[in-house]
Amino acid sequence: MQSPISSNDAAMSQAIGHSDGHGHGHGEHPDLRMLGFTLFLISEGMLFVGLFVAYLTYRAAAPAWPPAGTPELEKILPAIFTVILVASSGVIMLAERALKHGDMGQFRLFWLLTTAMGTVFVAGQAYEWMHLEFGLKDGLFGGTFYVLTGFHGMHVIIGLLLQAVVFFRSFKTNHYTPASHFGVGASSLYWHFVDVVWIFLFALLYII
Amino acid sequence: MVETTQQRVEQRQPEPLGDWRRYFSFCVDHKVIGIQYLVTTFFFYLLGGALAMVIRAELMTPGAELDRSLYNGVFTIHATIMIFLWIIPTLAGFGNFLVPLMIGARDMAFPRLNALSFWMIPPGGLLLLSSFFVQSGAAGAGWTSYPPLSTQQVQVGDLLVTNFGQVIWIASVVFLGTSSILAALNFIVTIVAMRTEGMELFRMPLFCWATLTASCITLLGTPVLAGAVILLAFDLLLGTVFFNPTGGGDPVVYQHMFWFYSHPAVYIMVLPAMGIISEVLPVFSRKPIFGYKAIAISSMGIAVLGFLVWAHHMFTSGTPDWLRMFFMVTSFLIAVPTGIKVFSWLGTIWGGKLELSSAMLFAMGFVSMFVVGGLSGIMLASVPVDIHVHDTYFVVAHLHYVLFGGSVFAIYAGLYYWFPKMTGRLLNETWGKIHFALTFIGFNLCFLPMHQLGLQGMPRRVAEYAEQFQSLNVLVSIGGFLLGISTLPFLFNAIYSWLWGPKAPANPWRALTLEWTTASPPPVENFEYLPVVTAGPYEYGTVGSSPEGNTPTAISQPKS
Repeated sequence: MQSPISSNDAAMSQAIGHSDGHGHGHGEHPDLRMLGFTLFLISEGMLFVGLFVAYLTYRAAAPAWPPAGTPELEKILPAIFTVILVASSGVIMLAERALKHGDMGQFRLFWLLTTAMGTVFVAGQAYEWMHLEFGLKDGLFGGTFYVLTGFHGMHVIIGLLLQAVVFFRSFKTNHYTPASHFGVGASSLYWHFVDVVWIFLFALLYII
Repeated sequence: MVETTQQRVEQRQPEPLGDWRRYFSFCVDHKVIGIQYLVTTFFFYLLGGALAMVIRAELMTPGAELDRSLYNGVFTIHATIMIFLWIIPTLAGFGNFLVPLMIGARDMAFPRLNALSFWMIPPGGLLLLSSFFVQSGAAGAGWTSYPPLSTQQVQVGDLLVTNFGQVIWIASVVFLGTSSILAALNFIVTIVAMRTEGMELFRMPLFCWATLTASCITLLGTPVLAGAVILLAFDLLLGTVFFNPTGGGDPVVYQHMFWFYSHPAVYIMVLPAMGIISEVLPVFSRKPIFGYKAIAISSMGIAVLGFLVWAHHMFTSGTPDWLRMFFMVTSFLIAVPTGIKVFSWLGTIWGGKLELSSAMLFAMGFVSMFVVGGLSGIMLASVPVDIHVHDTYFVVAHLHYVLFGGSVFAIYAGLYYWFPKMTGRLLNETWGKIHFALTFIGFNLCFLPMHQLGLQGMPRRVAEYAEQFQSLNVLVSIGGFLLGISTLPFLFNAIYSWLWGPKAPANPWRALTLEWTTASPPPVENFEYLPVVTAGPYEYGTVGSSPEGNTPTAISQPKS
């Protein structure tokens, strides 16, 4: 058995000195949280990549897409809602800029506008779903359409909930300041993510 | 600054160190969480092992004793527990305990998220086990859960019912997957951003490198698995036809999505294990590790290649020839970074002053058994051999050599090595050596004959087999029971030593990595003063290192 040795000989190659922990201290530094959140979004992105590739596989193997007998997807209305969603990504950036200038009134205005535009998008998708003439069980076309738009819609709704939380917290004194605003940055990044995924989805499902 | 650090350490001492109750609470200390992981997952290991004993008892005779659907449930849940509730989370447990200590940090980057990752494990495990108690019976389509088998309705009496056991399996896999994604992003942020002064990337202990790469795989692969099993759930519950050929779907799409995660997942299970080995071998050889950078970079190579080989599990699924060639060649290529590691380990022990402690024995057991598993892996990667032995016991033998001979041997090596650091007590070495001997003999008796069974054509996942296979199966079962029994000396040793073992000094093995520079067990914020690192971690026997190794006292004085 290895005998325990308590040594106090100072010579060692991995020389160890002392640090006051400056710069690498304990606690959740905002930059760390942003890095962590970005990694989480990369992981989320892989979920969509997997589903996209499955969709493309099905589509490549199908004799006709959409299959014979399936009505064409209405494109005008979804295109309008797409423009609204993409524009809201710009509006949320305006909100962030207002916060950086310390203008809380303008921040809340743009923030609320983003939420409103996102809500319009979700409502539009619900309207579209209600008027489609095929269902989830109608083969791969219906199945992949509802799963992809549904997964995305769920992410939009989560994004709206995050925005609501940030909005109500912004009324707390000094909760978000020009220097410290992880909640704002994270929900904004999440919103951009949702937006980018939708651009891919719209192109895949409606245009190509 | 020194004063404020001291004050904070004092403020963060909410309960005395020895208080056992914090192990049952939502504690945010990474060391407590690490031990919570290790103990909980060991409990699941015993459960999974008990199910393995049921399998081996059934296979003592050619006929079927158990109800067939129950047998299917037993081997499915055995495999699922061993992968998702034992090897993956227990290695995360080591990571939790060790990574902040090894890189000189006070905690993980997100302590509360860390606790959440752990506390998702017990409910996820209980959810999986509840699969046995639903009307349809436990999930029985194997741990891969290929459709259409997994999406079929189940006959219960005169009724056809939805396979709710399978639905539960899916729910628990998604739940446990979420836990491991959260743990992985925590590891990445911690390692990237919280290293102490002087701890450059290429001065990190190799275990941290291994955890970093395994976490990247988890982060990128697990969501794809989640997507696959969620589509499976839709097919089961909502009547979609993603994997149902009669409706135009394609079961092979599931296989692609599943293996895109599950092949890299074997590296999630084996990279941290390799990291443990890279810590243990140099200490007990009293030599610097051979090829530090080669080992670190080969981990990255394995991670990248790991994502390019998934379809070698699908050589018999109608994969076209040109694609088989691609996946055969990429699978062969993985042998290169793996070989680099193995030769580096051999170079490390070569000419060293070997000290055959229990940890060292298990580490050397790892290297030898992993090589056997790697060689049968190369055989399986070649298309003609794979077509011959596909879904036979040869595959079962290979995966157990890699995952038991690999991961589990390394986990034991790690437990013997870090037990004094974790508990402040020393394990009994004699019992450890008995444990090793029983495990090594039982393991080889159990899994070596499986190669022969597979080459002769015995299929896996069956309760009944031709009589000609019986004698080998009896041998395998005896080995299996011996392997089961071999756990007992360890359990006895661990419990007894934790309570009454001799007190461990800070650095009983004279090791040079940072975790040994603080007390055993480490105090709440790990280090009194964060250390400053000026050299690599494995400089044993080189100029400047004393025979006694390093000294915890070196950091006890505040910087002026």
